[in-house]
Amino acid sequence: MLRRAKGKWTYFLVAALLLFSILIPFDWFLGRYTSLVILIGISTMVTVGLCLLMGYTGQVSLGQAAFYGTGAYISAILSKTYGVNPWLAMLIAAAATGAFAYVIGYPTFRLRGNYLAMATLGLGVIMWILFRQLSQYTGGPDGMAGIPYLSVGGFTFNTPFRRYFLVWFFCLLVLLVSQNIVRSRVGRALRAIHGSEAAAESIGVNVTQFKVKIFVLSAVYASLAGSLFAHHLRHVSPQSFDFLASVKLVVMAVIGGLASVWGAVFGAATTRILSDELLLRFGELDVIVYGLILMLVMVFMPEGLFVKLKDVVAHWRLRYEQRGTKS
Amino acid sequence: MSADQFVQYLVSGVTQGSVYALVALGFTIIYAVTKIINFAQGEFVMLGGMLSFTLAHSAGISLVPALILSVLGTAAIGAVLYLLAIRTARKASVVSLIIITIGAAIFIRGIAAQLWGVEAVRPPFFTGDEPLPFLGALIRPQALWIIGTSLVATAVLHSFLSYTMMGKALKASAISHVAAAMVGIDTRLTSLAAFVIAAALGGLGGAVMSPLTLTSYNVGVMLGLKGFVAASIGGFKSPLASVVGGITLGIVESLAVGVDWGPFTSAYKDAIAIILLLLILLLRSGTLAAEERAG
Repeated sequence: MLRRAKGKWTYFLVAALLLFSILIPFDWFLGRYTSLVILIGISTMVTVGLCLLMGYTGQVSLGQAAFYGTGAYISAILSKTYGVNPWLAMLIAAAATGAFAYVIGYPTFRLRGNYLAMATLGLGVIMWILFRQLSQYTGGPDGMAGIPYLSVGGFTFNTPFRRYFLVWFFCLLVLLVSQNIVRSRVGRALRAIHGSEAAAESIGVNVTQFKVKIFVLSAVYASLAGSLFAHHLRHVSPQSFDFLASVKLVVMAVIGGLASVWGAVFGAATTRILSDELLLRFGELDVIVYGLILMLVMVFMPEGLFVKLKDVVAHWRLRYEQRGTKS
Repeated sequence: MSADQFVQYLVSGVTQGSVYALVALGFTIIYAVTKIINFAQGEFVMLGGMLSFTLAHSAGISLVPALILSVLGTAAIGAVLYLLAIRTARKASVVSLIIITIGAAIFIRGIAAQLWGVEAVRPPFFTGDEPLPFLGALIRPQALWIIGTSLVATAVLHSFLSYTMMGKALKASAISHVAAAMVGIDTRLTSLAAFVIAAALGGLGGAVMSPLTLTSYNVGVMLGLKGFVAASIGGFKSPLASVVGGITLGIVESLAVGVDWGPFTSAYKDAIAIILLLLILLLRSGTLAAEERAG
């Protein structure tokens, strides 16, 4: 019964996505929201990594903006200052950020919870200081402008409409890769860890190693998103990667739900719309809303808002169908 | 660095370290009793400073009542945090609790920005600002107040934990909630007490610190981080270890700023605490992991 309900739900989703994708090629459809949708895609890439990290390793990174920023700055500096091919710069940024995460992650993942959270928070602050202080490379507090666009052959991604496709291509790629990881042998190992670390270890799962891998993966996602961000806005500055930026990413992941790959899109979209459209005029007020969201969701639905909503919908559908068969 | 300069850096290090010590005490007492790291600990310091600014500067209340009211006000907010957010989520995982206290931290910070604006504020000095000579260096009266307050607070906390019934109940809860409950200790009450004490200590730190260092809505994150580092140096064990940790961190930071690092300016001062934290984690990750597993 549940499976059938789930099947119908999927058809509906696919139909909606098809309709959406038919409309997308028309420039007027997204209109002034094109930039918002691009930023949602970029945020989604970071959030997916964070969702995997929180859901499968039981840990949270409070400095994910550091990896995001590292990606953005390495891309910006290499492609603008040193004239490196932007694609190559993006690749170097991802590799460097991943290696960085590995070095940080390995010692800290032997601990549970609190220390990693505080270490990542500290890391976020250090990177933010570096972005501001290494001004001969990063342009200091003002940041750097004039970062080149990405291009393929002679085709340059120089309009928002073109970058929309570029960003969402990467975003979907990240979502699919994550989905595959979750469903693969690695995913099963991770779920075993989630169930019981001792049990997982006893059947030969190297718990620490898997956790570090997920951490590194989340850092690479964040770095890729950062590179796309740099080549999209063509301007990077430290305030995009401060402590609140990291907290905002956690808000996205919390709304999306732990261990939920597609929930990340929902979380990123909700938070982006909230901060870029609805609360923009109210100054620091958005911080209060984020704080409330974090507390309320974690107290009342620690599995995440999206996952909870999905459960509620499935429950209603089930009850509705049962009533249908009885009468 | 001359001897006089050295003493000067030492004095400012001990002063700053005393504030870190109060934050570290808050971390330690909450962690000992509830096994929660309260990421909103730094916000209590911010609140203490802000409240004392409103009471002593804007409302013109005299020093002692303003100080007491600021500490009580912050303690009340600590109680509300525990009752509304922590107790309702008591069975939550470590990650959930981290996120809840982070949520509380930025919530408090957002409210503070609305109430007090984004400019830094300075409550009045306790006893003027005429520097006193000390071993060839100068020490500001407010610095003496900070150091003295933190020493007295530590002594009071230590005797509270050692000689009162409530203090002993807190210690028992820190060892084991189950065993404490078996001998009739209400562990929810001791957890509440831990949050109230931690908030009061933070508020006190903020109230004595702010005339010297100023305060603004966003100082909580760094102070929380530094306090956590201080508590880590002390190993989250005893109040005294936390104080030693705090003052050590203050001195290390201050001396590191005093040394000429060439291109590395004092802007990197905040990075020192974090690098220390990463070093502690690297060196002690084995023991810490074992402790967490046992705990």
